[in-house]
Amino acid sequence: MTLRELIDKLLGRQPASADTAKQRLRLVLAHDRSDLNPELLEQMRREILEVVNRYVEIDLEEGDVSLATEDRVTALVANLPIRRARIPEPELNMAAGTPEEDSEGVATLG
Amino acid sequence: MTAQSSRFILICSGKGGVGKTTLTANLGIALARLGATTAVLDADFGLRNLDLLLGLENRIVYTAQEVLAGSCRLEQALVKHKQEPNLALLPAGNPRMLEWLKPEDMRQIATMVGEQFEYVLIDAPAGIEGGFRNAMAAATEAIVVTTPEVSAVRDADRVIGLLNSEGVKPIQLVLNRVRPKMMASQEMLAVDDVTDILALPLLGLVQEDEQVIVSTNRGEPLTLGDSGSPAARAYTNVARRLRGEAVPLIDPSKERQGLRARIGRLMQTKIF
Ligand SMILES: Nc1ncnc2c1ncn2[C@@H]1O[C@H](COP(=O)(O)OP(=O)(O)OP(=O)(O)O)[C@@H](O)[C@H]1O
Ligand SMILES: [Mg+2]
Repeated sequence: MTLRELIDKLLGRQPASADTAKQRLRLVLAHDRSDLNPELLEQMRREILEVVNRYVEIDLEEGDVSLATEDRVTALVANLPIRRARIPEPELNMAAGTPEEDSEGVATLG
Repeated sequence: MTAQSSRFILICSGKGGVGKTTLTANLGIALARLGATTAVLDADFGLRNLDLLLGLENRIVYTAQEVLAGSCRLEQALVKHKQEPNLALLPAGNPRMLEWLKPEDMRQIATMVGEQFEYVLIDAPAGIEGGFRNAMAAATEAIVVTTPEVSAVRDADRVIGLLNSEGVKPIQLVLNRVRPKMMASQEMLAVDDVTDILALPLLGLVQEDEQVIVSTNRGEPLTLGDSGSPAARAYTNVARRLRGEAVPLIDPSKERQGLRARIGRLMQTKIF
């Protein structure tokens, strides 16, 4: 945060428009460059969350999948806070063939 | 000059009215004054204006159209600038040419011109459609012109994508109509913001300058005289850098002296 931004906040003023312009541009260009329409992106976001949710318990409210762009490279950025890993399914356990079982079967990931 | 050593530079922007033709005219004159034989090609067949900015509108006899049709020689169509004989204009033909003109035609014209000139500057039309694609076909490198405004930057990005996919390079950026005061007070996208977002090297910064309009009225590009107006210097510096000279780029919004400028900079310090 810059001094100007702090003062703007304290005085309840709008932030300088250049910053707003920069942020809006970054977002719109990420979409332009990827040629993904918002609908497709939303569908992809839902499916990604679904898949991840099968393995680890995630905070669906906090989960965020978005496009970011830098140096003309567009990346899909997923920020998914993990609550904890899911209890391993029995058949997965057998396939792994691990004799020692975790007493609780839940790994807390912070 | 042989075609191999010539440089075919597209001047383009995506968005209309950001200063392509003004840059082409001024850069053409500046290069010519630096001793390089230069041809400017008006590839904006729909709305030609390059002749007017160069003050050559009354001396056009033939155009690119007759050259392509083989009904005149290239030399007959080229209009030489009186004060700056190193510079010649190849005027755009009739707007109806757009109906049949193909990228190969533009490439053919540019190659012919390149046999006689070191620099071939191609003034592209706005947009990313047929006219632009024709112009792009004639170029091996490009200058993208933009202003520090969201719509112009976004459109520039589209054009850069197309240039990349056609293998046109290098692509360099000229940021036009810069208002140092607005930038200093953060009410205009900063120079670094634009170069970061578009990821292009900066070839020049041109300030908003009333003299641009005065010179357009007269049909005498600013770089013709030694007026020393900010835009005139900027255009000449673009020419120098194109030729490989290391001319430092000065961001006018950071250059400003005095108390207000200092307070402005203080406000930009990161505090946490
Ligand atoms: N640095 C500047 N300062 C002030 N006015 C400028 C500057 N650059 C360009 N202009 C003005 O902006 C207008 C558009 O310029 P110009 O015709 O060069 O743009 P263009 O990109 O070629 O437009 P088009 O897309 O229609 O071909 C003109 O009126 C010109 O005088
Ligand atoms: Mg123009």
